Amino acid sequence: MSIPLAVLGLSLLAANFLIEAFKPACSISIKFSDGKTRKRVPIKRENGQTLLAPLFRNQENIAGKITIEPHQGKRIEHNGVKVELLGQIVRELDVPGDIYERTTYPFEFSMVEMPYETYNGVNVRLRYVLKVTVSRNYGGSIIEYLNFLVHNYSPPPSINTSIKMEVGIEDCLHIEFEYNKSKYHLKDVIVGKIYFFLVKIKIKNMDIEIRRRESTVTGATNHVETETLAKFELMDGAPVRGESIPVRLFLSPYELTPTHRNINNKFSVKYYLNLVLVDEEGLRYFKQQQITIYRLPLQNT
Amino acid sequence: MIADGVEDEEKWLAAGIAGLQQNAFYMHRALDSNNLRDALKYSAQMLSELRTSRLSPHKYYELYMRAFDELRKLEMFFKEETRRGCSIVDLYELVQHAGNILPRLYLLCTVGSVYIKSKEAPAKDVLKDLVEMCRGIQHPGCRHCCGCCGICASKLYGDEQVVGADAAPADPELRLAVGLSGLQGPAREKEKREKERSELRDLVGKNLHVLSQIEGIDLDMYKETVLPRVLEQVVNCKDEIAQYYLMDCIIQVFPDEYHLQTLDVLLGAFPQLQPTVDIKTVLSRLMERLSNYAASSADVLPEFLQVEAFSKLNNAIGKVIEAQPDMPILGVITLYSSLLTFTLHVHPDRLDYADQVLGACVKKLSGKEKLEDKKATKQIVALLSAPLDKYNDIVTALKLSNYPRVMEYLDSETNKVMATVIIQSIMKNKTRISTADRVEALFELIKGLIKDLDDAFHDEVDEDDFKEEQNSVARLIQLLRSDDPEEMFKIICTVRKHILGGGPKRLPFTVPPLVFSSLKLVRQLQGQEENPFGEEESTTPKKIFQVLNQTVETLSNIPAPELALQLFLQCAEAANDCDLEPVAYEFFTQAYILYEEEISDSRAQVTAIHLIIGTLQRMHVFGVENRDTLTHKATGYSAKLLKKPDQCRAVYACSHLFWVDDQDNVKDGERVLLCLKRALRIANAAQQMSNAARGSTGSVTLFVEILNKYLYFFEKGNPQITVAAIQSLIELITTEMHSDSSTPDPAADAFFASTLRYMEFQKQKGGAIGEKYEPIKV
Repeated sequence: MSIPLAVLGLSLLAANFLIEAFKPACSISIKFSDGKTRKRVPIKRENGQTLLAPLFRNQENIAGKITIEPHQGKRIEHNGVKVELLGQIVRELDVPGDIYERTTYPFEFSMVEMPYETYNGVNVRLRYVLKVTVSRNYGGSIIEYLNFLVHNYSPPPSINTSIKMEVGIEDCLHIEFEYNKSKYHLKDVIVGKIYFFLVKIKIKNMDIEIRRRESTVTGATNHVETETLAKFELMDGAPVRGESIPVRLFLSPYELTPTHRNINNKFSVKYYLNLVLVDEEGLRYFKQQQITIYRLPLQNT
Repeated sequence: MIADGVEDEEKWLAAGIAGLQQNAFYMHRALDSNNLRDALKYSAQMLSELRTSRLSPHKYYELYMRAFDELRKLEMFFKEETRRGCSIVDLYELVQHAGNILPRLYLLCTVGSVYIKSKEAPAKDVLKDLVEMCRGIQHPGCRHCCGCCGICASKLYGDEQVVGADAAPADPELRLAVGLSGLQGPAREKEKREKERSELRDLVGKNLHVLSQIEGIDLDMYKETVLPRVLEQVVNCKDEIAQYYLMDCIIQVFPDEYHLQTLDVLLGAFPQLQPTVDIKTVLSRLMERLSNYAASSADVLPEFLQVEAFSKLNNAIGKVIEAQPDMPILGVITLYSSLLTFTLHVHPDRLDYADQVLGACVKKLSGKEKLEDKKATKQIVALLSAPLDKYNDIVTALKLSNYPRVMEYLDSETNKVMATVIIQSIMKNKTRISTADRVEALFELIKGLIKDLDDAFHDEVDEDDFKEEQNSVARLIQLLRSDDPEEMFKIICTVRKHILGGGPKRLPFTVPPLVFSSLKLVRQLQGQEENPFGEEESTTPKKIFQVLNQTVETLSNIPAPELALQLFLQCAEAANDCDLEPVAYEFFTQAYILYEEEISDSRAQVTAIHLIIGTLQRMHVFGVENRDTLTHKATGYSAKLLKKPDQCRAVYACSHLFWVDDQDNVKDGERVLLCLKRALRIANAAQQMSNAARGSTGSVTLFVEILNKYLYFFEKGNPQITVAAIQSLIELITTEMHSDSSTPDPAADAFFASTLRYMEFQKQKGGAIGEKYEPIKV
């Protein structure tokens, strides 16, 4: 059974409704059927800890077992047990009744459309959550969540031109920079060259930065948050004209994500390479250039 | 301020070392626990201490060396890591994650060396990559870069046995290392302070040095591949300073014999360098090295001959000079100077080579004015001194026909310096210059000292310096000796010819030694048998005296009459010994004329008259008539002296002219007495004069002196000197001494007392003398 879905569990960070105040009457565990072999990826939680979450791709089957174990001697009377892929797909696991003992329900969502990647940003998070609810009339429903991740892979782009541009300030600084591609995968290497045509200022050093621009839409307002994820020194000292400085920046050490464009009309994540030259008086000259980041299938990296 | 700066620097260095050690400590801990990630992190932090720009190169180097030591440990770790299965490619990537370029490059170089050793990638590629990445360091001082290069090179070449086992692959490494140190290193050197320069040179030099120690480079390989490629690299780098350093380094680090065998190739590169490269220094150093090599052992000399080192160098220099028309004359001379030194060491027997070098130098100098450039003239002095030092013998240098021609380009000041150097060399080595030709050549060389070359500097000469140099010329003249009288006479004539042009200031210094040198020859001839008759040409004392006469005469013209007079008297005495009466008479005449016409100072007159008397007294050659004339004149001069005491003394001295012990015909007791009486009269007059002038009679010294003369002639048996005369003189003196108006004079008293004591002594001696004295009452 397959249901095309328009996704989304989108929540603002401030709203932390996941903490359960009461000790539940039973423990619910969710196990994926291929949980042993499935790749797990660390995700950062708000409290700073990282935890390994299983990784899925778009249109994968999400199947497993849910086990409900009442605490000793307790009987759980319920109005039904359901599992949902948050907000979208609901599976009824049990009709209303009582659970006296450990009960296991298999579940499966087949070919789930999950076109968007999990994303953990400053103002926005895109999460995929399995939610198990044991509905009760009194004592409140017992709910268990399980986060999992979705990564979507793209094939290498067929057109991937280099970025080459001559920039500068009239009669003061003329440089040409060249990055070998405009689209990089997450473990890629940016290779390039900065060529100095004219240098009339005393440059102290030159860095390249990777900046992430995350813009979110809440209602009518638009939030833009820019983070510098990498700062990489390319050159130390004052170059003279004719000098050509190599660029070789490995992307793997940085926590990058693929570029997201207008996800569900809610947010976008864009990446920029920012070339910064600093002169001896501390003045910064910079040129920002957008790049696209994509995710290669795992086996290819 | 400076002290502060130094203190601050110390502080910074201390802080740097502390930071470095701390991180090194963490790094060690990470290494011990095989924690690669931490090891990288702390090593990067440790290396960040090297990012400072506040330290002077020297201090920086200290810091760098510490970091370098730590990196060695890291390198070991990397090696182990690869053995444990960590891919070197991954490591190579991993270290490049460092955010700062400097630590990144150091780490990269460290891993790079492991990478090369692993042979997973061609060493060439790895090195190329390293070089490329090093461009990120654009410090004007390039200290970091050199540091990197240092690490790189030393690491790499430490492993060169591995890489270089096969000859060919070593070559690209060399190229790269050269490129590395050359292009990156001193390219931006100009902006740097002089102090940093030399240190940088050290660093670059070290790299090349390491390179030179690579095993497996033998002469053939050096010749066939290494050198041509290195040179190609140097020529292509087109940076004057880099080229200069690199050529210099090549010359300094590779063994001499390699240079010798590859001279063609090496020299061929010079004209291709940038026109502004300071080739002369480099080339000079090369020749210096080769010279030292040649000097080190006689065994290597055949090699030099075999490769025709001289002609190659000579050609190369010619080409370089042609290729760099703007080269200052200083450079040209420096080059030739080095070449000359080289020739002298390698081909001491080939004077023609040396002359060839000098000739080339002359050619280059010709068409130019005299040199104004102080440094250039200094260099010429060095150039000209070289053969002297080498041969220790000016005679050899005199054979170099171009030698004086080079000297002509010196300004008169330097010319003098050079001449002094030559003379000193002669004196030091006691060189004997025994032919007129050589003397001629020598004087041609030192003519700066002999005459005024130009008038410009005339007034500026320091009096003492002038004396010094003229004295050395005088000493030189004394050194010119030949055992063959003919030749010696020629020498004298030659010297005379040269010194006569010396002008009034020099003649007083130069004529006397010449005169004495001539007199020496006269005595030599006199001691020999008479020359065989019939040889018109042969040197006779007469001929010499003619020359002498003219020579001394020049002195009277300048004027230096006193000196001339002395010399005339010397000559007269020599003529006397040769039994040449007319000649001696002529000399005396000259002396008298000088006395009459030129010597006007009364003090000088006194000296002169005593000299005349003394000399005349010893003359035995004169006939009665001549002698009479001369003595009469001398007596006359004596009586005409200005001061009475001088008159008195001169007159009693004249008494000796009439009584010569070993000449029986000169024993005129009467005239002796006349002289003495006249002296007494003058003494008396002097006494009265002083009485009239000062109210007291002067000392009785004169009387005592005359008494002594009386006693002398009395003893000699002059019949005119009687006991009565002596007796009365003693009384006269006694009265004078006790008279009221006399001023007490202890010296005169003592003199008189000892005279009396002498008489007493003679009396008691007994015998003929004692009898003679007996009648005198004291």
